[in-house]
Amino acid sequence: MLSKQRKLIKTALLLLALTPLALMIEAAIGQALGPDPAEALADQTGEWALRLLCACLAITPLRIITGKVEWLRYRRMLGLLAFFYACLHLAVYWVFILRLQWADFFYEFAQRPYIAAGMAALLLLVPLAITSTKKWQRKLGRQWPRLHRLVYLATVLALTHVWWQTRSDYTEALTYTLILLALGIIRFRRKRWFK
Amino acid sequence: MLIKRPSDIPSSEITSESHYLSRRKFMQAFAGAAAVAAGGSVLSSCADAESPASSRQIAELPSRPLDFVAAQPVSDNNGFSTSEKLTPYEAVTSHNNFYEFGTDKRDPKRYAGELQTDPWSVVIEGEADNTGTFFLEDLLKNQPLEERIYRLRCVEAWSMVIPWVGFSLSSLIKRAQPNSSARYVVFETLYRPEQMRGQRSRFNTLEWPYVEGLTMAEAMHPLTMIATGLYGKSLPVQNGAPLRLVVPWKYGFKSIKSIVKIKFVNARPSTSWNVSAPREYGFFANVNPKVDHPRWSQASERRLPTSLFDSKRIATLPFNGYAEQVANLYTGMDLRRYF
Repeated sequence: MLSKQRKLIKTALLLLALTPLALMIEAAIGQALGPDPAEALADQTGEWALRLLCACLAITPLRIITGKVEWLRYRRMLGLLAFFYACLHLAVYWVFILRLQWADFFYEFAQRPYIAAGMAALLLLVPLAITSTKKWQRKLGRQWPRLHRLVYLATVLALTHVWWQTRSDYTEALTYTLILLALGIIRFRRKRWFK
Repeated sequence: MLIKRPSDIPSSEITSESHYLSRRKFMQAFAGAAAVAAGGSVLSSCADAESPASSRQIAELPSRPLDFVAAQPVSDNNGFSTSEKLTPYEAVTSHNNFYEFGTDKRDPKRYAGELQTDPWSVVIEGEADNTGTFFLEDLLKNQPLEERIYRLRCVEAWSMVIPWVGFSLSSLIKRAQPNSSARYVVFETLYRPEQMRGQRSRFNTLEWPYVEGLTMAEAMHPLTMIATGLYGKSLPVQNGAPLRLVVPWKYGFKSIKSIVKIKFVNARPSTSWNVSAPREYGFFANVNPKVDHPRWSQASERRLPTSLFDSKRIATLPFNGYAEQVANLYTGMDLRRYF
């Protein structure tokens, strides 16, 4: 594939992934987020973080299924976008819901384990985002893939975050879990074939 | 009772709060003056005379204007009204927990049009003399309606101030003539999965139909009401049309919507949320800032609508501010244990 084409796909993907954010900002400005706008923003940013995480984790399975290495070129961007939405998710919670109150934050953190699980997931993504550059990839060498396996732990924690706060209808939590499980199975089987 | 689908409501037909408020003021002033002359029984149909909408065939409107006695000035009543700012109609009718239509706050309004609420009947059964199946029209016949402005406190730590229209549940109970074995009242929401999509979800841990219950003393308390309207009009489906319970000192999930069955029983009933997560939702569910829910601190609440830069956080009051009226129902009870 031509590098020009690749760039075009990447730009399109980036714009596509940022569209939800643009829509959220538009709704926030137009006061169209409903009577509880902070909650609405927290919900939506969290959901997009999870969706993009799924997209990022779909890359390797796609490579395995199609046999095309080309897919890998979009993985970093998807991972960083997932991280970006996860950061927005925390920022919305911290600024608009907790209103920057440290005391409330510690209280919530201690009282509500699903918040701790979500926080842990985000914290695990921090070193991955930092070391996502080519430079770090070279620097870390064989350690790089090992380090980046942390994404699986982060994913489990993110799912825990979703399951734990579900009150009655598990359809959504189950959908994300099944998608991620399917992706994991494809990946896991490939590993076995390799050995 | 003609209720058309709410999706047919042109936005021009919805009473704006400002219009509503000015009308309320008019009605209060009128009620005050007329109360002297007529001994207090004033119907508000007269108040609609100043509204251009009243000349229209109101039965065709999805949310019909109702005839009711306007809420009395705050100083004259015992919790039946409040001077707090009303939550706008738009917020009251677009931010709902009505899991029969989905778990998102916007789902009830989005899918309310799928439910047909006419005809409607209510089964009254159990430990009472006057039991049977009653058409809504018969149930409401000769039942004067009145307006009450209550705080609604959701267990999710948000709250609203809503002008309901309805009547004391006690008046309905008296007509049912419960016998001495009736110690609790159980309510059931309609179960109609083909029109209520939330009930079709396979992975929902709430059991349908939704069930709630009160002790007889709670049910007979004058503050406990059956609402058939809000903001002067019949209830939108997402708010529990055509009739729902409103128990202002309890968390919102106790105020069961779209009631089809009222049953008088001797033993404490199993109620939906309590069965689904007993550690989280008690049978009593009295608003109590001192007893935290595992998911939300109950010490404070956000008064909707909030904005991004003002979360409108206010302290939560014991019994949602109705302690003076209802605390005596729970004398000697350990409210931490019986939450």
